[in-house]
Amino acid sequence: MTASAPELAGPTSTRTRRDRYERRQRRRSIGAATTSTVVVVGLLVWLIPKTSGWENVQQSFFSPTVFRDVFPELLGPFWYDVQIFLWCAPCIVVVALLIAMARNVRAPALYPIRLFAIVYTDVVRGVPVLLWILLLGFGVPGILQTREWYGEFVIWGSVALVVAYSAYVAEVFRAGIEGVHESQRAAARSLGLTAGQTMRGVVLPQAVRRVVPPLMNDFVSLQKDVALISVLGPVEVLRRAQIEVARTFNFTPYVAAALLFLCVSIPLTRLTDHLLQRERSVMSATAVR
Amino acid sequence: MNEKLRLEGVIKDFGDHHVLDAVDLDVGDGEVVTLIGASGSGKSTLLRCVNLLEPIDDGRILLDGDDISEPGRNPDPIRRRIGLVFQSFNLFPHLTVAENVALAPRKVRGRSRREAEAEAVELLGRLGLAGKAGEYPDRLSGGQQQRVAIARSLAMDPEVMLLDEITSALDPELVGEVLDVVRGLREAGMTMLFATHEMSFAREISDRVCFLDDGRIVESGPPDTIFGHPAEERTRRFLQRVLEAGRM
Repeated sequence: MTASAPELAGPTSTRTRRDRYERRQRRRSIGAATTSTVVVVGLLVWLIPKTSGWENVQQSFFSPTVFRDVFPELLGPFWYDVQIFLWCAPCIVVVALLIAMARNVRAPALYPIRLFAIVYTDVVRGVPVLLWILLLGFGVPGILQTREWYGEFVIWGSVALVVAYSAYVAEVFRAGIEGVHESQRAAARSLGLTAGQTMRGVVLPQAVRRVVPPLMNDFVSLQKDVALISVLGPVEVLRRAQIEVARTFNFTPYVAAALLFLCVSIPLTRLTDHLLQRERSVMSATAVR
Repeated sequence: MNEKLRLEGVIKDFGDHHVLDAVDLDVGDGEVVTLIGASGSGKSTLLRCVNLLEPIDDGRILLDGDDISEPGRNPDPIRRRIGLVFQSFNLFPHLTVAENVALAPRKVRGRSRREAEAEAVELLGRLGLAGKAGEYPDRLSGGQQQRVAIARSLAMDPEVMLLDEITSALDPELVGEVLDVVRGLREAGMTMLFATHEMSFAREISDRVCFLDDGRIVESGPPDTIFGHPAEERTRRFLQRVLEAGRM
């Protein structure tokens, strides 16, 4: 817009009045949101400490002294959880992709592969994750007679996580693969690409982009379920917190551990949203924010 | 004229319905044949059958005298020789324009990425899309997207091009730029089978026009005969309706 435009339009043109009106509306809604939030939060802060038993709650769950005492003790064990997560996640993606593609195999001779993929997803998803961890984490080292090596439990526990989660993630991938429109396949095949080339070059890249948000959901819950490995014995963050709870007769260590999990899962979710947003704005000029 | 493509008694059923009902059609080398007819008359199905995207139920399709519809034949090497352009473009949204065009030469012909993309840019330049190579398809107008789709087909050096109502999804002011590309292909001697609703263009570009109705080729002949003095009542009625709709 040129500098002379407002003059040309005149001070009371519809445009100016509309702008003024919209600015006022915006100010008003921001004001209303701020006021109501302050009032509600203020009321909560003022009222909660007045309730009977608040002192007990604060002492048991939010004790600053226990927190200060325990928090540094939890960092090391939490890093242990993060490490398990970091090596499980890529394994899950690979296994899940293989399973998802196995379910799409059409060649009759490869039917057993397809059947295996179907049975795998059905059976694995139908059993609690905790049960898989107990079954593989205690079971396999038991068979292998290697109980003297403590790390074995963790490895087989992680394998259990990979087994369980790859079934869920495979279903996410499969939904993504089936969500790519048939016309994309037709276009690729019409150019002479084979079924496999079409899958790798056209369908999968689009499917993977599409499934990022549900996939991240699964990874956020994986990051938490790593703590289930504590049942096998290793002193990861949940087990450490449990020990501290028993030592201090106070639940603050659990809250501290919860805080650590949140420190990872919330940024992880935000990162997903951000990546998705960026992807969308690159691929489409007409993206609706 | 040598026969490039020949359909003999092609039947395609969807359930009980003959979508193609014993279609016979010859397309000579370098010939441009247009298929006209109402929506649902079988034009798109015919093109999809020729490209082997749809298996036929009876009859034969011959390319250079070779039966390509033989059950059990690997369709992939045949499809490489036949380009198909879709009404809805069907560009790959996750790839740039140049990558769209270079994908098949890379995957199918095993060309290097650099080589294939350089050729893609050159081809795009010839279709007036020189500056668009790095863009994603969603950023282009419909006319530009359709020209990219044509370039993507041409990148495989097809012997026959099948054009499936390639201007039907376009805003009217964008139709011209796509039809110009088809004119260019004709001048270059490309064999084409072209399903279209653009009657005046069909009249201008075709060597022969076939009128399809209910899965049958009711009438075929030179454009001036079909549009000027159609022999069949059904053709006359169809053209009358098109005329009344102001599409001619």
